[in-house]
Amino acid sequence: MAYVINGTEVEHDEEGYLTDINQWNPELALEIAKGQQLEMNDERWEVVNFLRNYYDEYQVAPAIRVLTKALAKTMGPEKSSNKYLYELFPYGPAKQACMIAGLPKPTGCV
Amino acid sequence: MSNIKKFLYLNRKAPYGSIYALESLEVVLIGAAFDQQVSLAFIDDGVFQLAKGQDTKSLGVKNFSPTFRALGDYGVTKLYVEQESLSERGLTAADLMPITYEDENDGFAEKPSINVVSRSELAGIMREQDVILSF
Repeated sequence: MAYVINGTEVEHDEEGYLTDINQWNPELALEIAKGQQLEMNDERWEVVNFLRNYYDEYQVAPAIRVLTKALAKTMGPEKSSNKYLYELFPYGPAKQACMIAGLPKPTGCV
Repeated sequence: MSNIKKFLYLNRKAPYGSIYALESLEVVLIGAAFDQQVSLAFIDDGVFQLAKGQDTKSLGVKNFSPTFRALGDYGVTKLYVEQESLSERGLTAADLMPITYEDENDGFAEKPSINVVSRSELAGIMREQDVILSF
């Protein structure tokens, strides 16, 4: 299974997570989002970029509880509530946003 | 009635070469999502898991040591390292990565997560636990 970007195939698993996270690029994010019936806007990019930075620093995709806490610290309370995040990513912010960010499925995603 | 139990994850193997260290860390991250009281202990070759400056490029495996620094976000703020295990391997506390957490009850002050304890102190800590998982 693969996403196709400009004629290049980028492999993903049965759920849609990239097999090799190093193959990610912003264009690919748009394509993954499209597959999730989501259109990328500034708010979604904010969360996706946040996740990528978090992964870069800690080598782990944060659990939702950790994500909301960390977002609250950097973006403020109105941009970190569960309600806000689920409006952006209806099938679960940790799951969907991580997929779009090209990261593995969050550890502890139950 | 409280259902919060004290969990101690005992890490005794080197970080790479077997799956134990990484699996332990993943279980810790999953377990921490259930609001239990979680702490970690490092003994024997397990102390190498916290060594500074790990580089796994030539091994071709992921260097997961930065993930220990995320534990504070998961509410895991106590990492015990046995002094004797360090000394036996020619290591000191200065050879370990700095790992901190933000204390929510103290104005988010940054505090060190690593506590170097003696073998007998660690035995006491283990006696206080409800559940001990050894990796």
